[in-house]
Amino acid sequence: MASLVSDLAVEEVLGAPGEQRSRPTRRRIAWWRAVVLLLAAAYFLLPLYAGLRFALQDANGNFSFSSVRAIAHQPGLGDAFWLSAELAALTMVLTLALMVPTTIYVHLRLPKLRPVMELVTLLPIVFPPIVLIIGVLHAFPLWLRNWQYMLALLYVVLAMPFVYRSLDAGLSAIDVKTLVEATRSLGARGPTTLWRVLLPNLTSAMVSAVILTLALVFGEYTMAALAQWSTFPVWLYDFFQTDGHVTVAVSMAALLATWVLLSSIVLLDLGRSRRQANRRRS
Amino acid sequence: MTTEARTIPPRTPGAPEPPGGARVSLEHLSRSYAGVKALDDLSLTVEPGELVALLGPSGCGKTTALRVLAGFERVDAGRVVVDGRDLSRLSPQKRDMGMVFQSYSLFPNLSARDNVAFGLRLRRQRSAQRRASAEAQLALVGLTEHATKYPHQLSGGQQQRVALARALAIEPRVLLLDEPLSALDAKVRVELREQIRALQQRLQITTIFVTHDQEEALSMADRVCVMREGHVEQLATPEVLYRAPSSAFVAAFVGTSSRLPAVRHGDEAVVLGTACPIRPGTVRPTGPAEALLRPEDLGVRLDPDGACTVVARTFFGGTTRLDVLIGAAICKIDVRSDDAAPFEPSARVEVELRARDVLLVDAG
Repeated sequence: MASLVSDLAVEEVLGAPGEQRSRPTRRRIAWWRAVVLLLAAAYFLLPLYAGLRFALQDANGNFSFSSVRAIAHQPGLGDAFWLSAELAALTMVLTLALMVPTTIYVHLRLPKLRPVMELVTLLPIVFPPIVLIIGVLHAFPLWLRNWQYMLALLYVVLAMPFVYRSLDAGLSAIDVKTLVEATRSLGARGPTTLWRVLLPNLTSAMVSAVILTLALVFGEYTMAALAQWSTFPVWLYDFFQTDGHVTVAVSMAALLATWVLLSSIVLLDLGRSRRQANRRRS
Repeated sequence: MTTEARTIPPRTPGAPEPPGGARVSLEHLSRSYAGVKALDDLSLTVEPGELVALLGPSGCGKTTALRVLAGFERVDAGRVVVDGRDLSRLSPQKRDMGMVFQSYSLFPNLSARDNVAFGLRLRRQRSAQRRASAEAQLALVGLTEHATKYPHQLSGGQQQRVALARALAIEPRVLLLDEPLSALDAKVRVELREQIRALQQRLQITTIFVTHDQEEALSMADRVCVMREGHVEQLATPEVLYRAPSSAFVAAFVGTSSRLPAVRHGDEAVVLGTACPIRPGTVRPTGPAEALLRPEDLGVRLDPDGACTVVARTFFGGTTRLDVLIGAAICKIDVRSDDAAPFEPSARVEVELRARDVLLVDAG
């Protein structure tokens, strides 16, 4: 299939000698593209469709909104969701505060250490979260174990691989060294350079990092369950034993809320850029 | 191209007053990286308002010298002195030098006007004044209508002009240019180098320009500093550098030259059977010598019985360059393109020496 696609691509680039021959080529390419698109769409959308259908059924398998209506009355859901939201916010702040200066410093002063950083930041993916949380539960003092926001410290470690890669890609897209030297030659010090030049050019990378962190915190179950904190995923699992339909309805609602939130972040960022551009033009 | 021939653009209303230049001295600078000497006891003085080009092959230390001057690199030994003040320990922010970089260094998140105003903002200029100054600087480089555009909306040449305006906006005492034209296409490069030179002359700002392009260096600079292995090989005006290079390295690096065996007799050398005075003020080898000859130092004429053969021909517009085999050496000879047609490859020719004097170097 790969060779067929590449052959077709070559034909498309070079162009066929006659119009009559080029038309069927384009049709064949469009057909293959449509197949790939449909397969990918089915892969992602079918589970969502199955979840939605299950959420919109009552205990007898009939179509019903009863599960959706019941979401608002579930005990513990609000607290669990709020805890996860707080943890997500704290994790985002801590991760960005830690990783943005570190990644910039590595790019600027220690570029030879980038492969080492790649490796180090992969470790949280290699080690299962259960290893980390068991170690922490043994090593941390009691007051820290009893502090619910302790989980955010662990989520920072889990988010590190994704955040580092996102920031690394953002920094690789700009010539950090030259930009920093240009600001210095104009009289700027470190904080000014960071605030006025580097961070504005890392906005997209930071938005990506925030989205990934949010998704990670709202999906992490193992650590929260073992630490015995009722976060949103833990609540979902526990409540699934009581009513599967409502649980799936909550999951779908959370998915929708997350999607709306992330879209808002992206749209706000786009709107901000456009407003700035318009202001400058005027 | 001579500097006198260039036209200097008129002053734009509202443009800043010429800041004047500073005397810059690099004194015995040394810098090593992992045992390799990037700067080796480099000393150089640039007079106020002068444009000096640092020219040399890759790795000769020219960019390191500029970065040391800007404060981005420390030195193992030596001093950077500007107007009698030692700046060696001063951070780049405090050196009062504007710099234009090789890669486009505009801030992508700022418009052309805001890029130019960046340094003024740091100097706490008021918004209205800052805006007026930035626009005056943009007018200076002919980019008034592009003030609100972002770097990605500008061509490479326009970006470098904005970078130049940004560097000049802070009215630095010294302007540093680190191969600012090397990423541009040939036509834009020529236009921009003329514009930079004209601006530099009008503002009378001391400028140090790093390049590996000899044409750029010779056409723009008041003096050219040819560097080799971290030290100054020769510092002279373009004319002196071309006509009286102090070493075979300079002769080979600046301009095109060919080598032919020469026999020295006192103050004269015999080249191609013709006796010619040795160029005054140049080094005279004691052993076997060769003459370094520019393409215009030799003449060529068709001769079916000639001892030399044309091996290649390259068209350069008004002139055509012939590669001619003379004995075991290949010499480059320029002829007018109108007269070049008969000199086809494999044509037999006779070559004669036309130089008033010759430069001798050690053979080998």
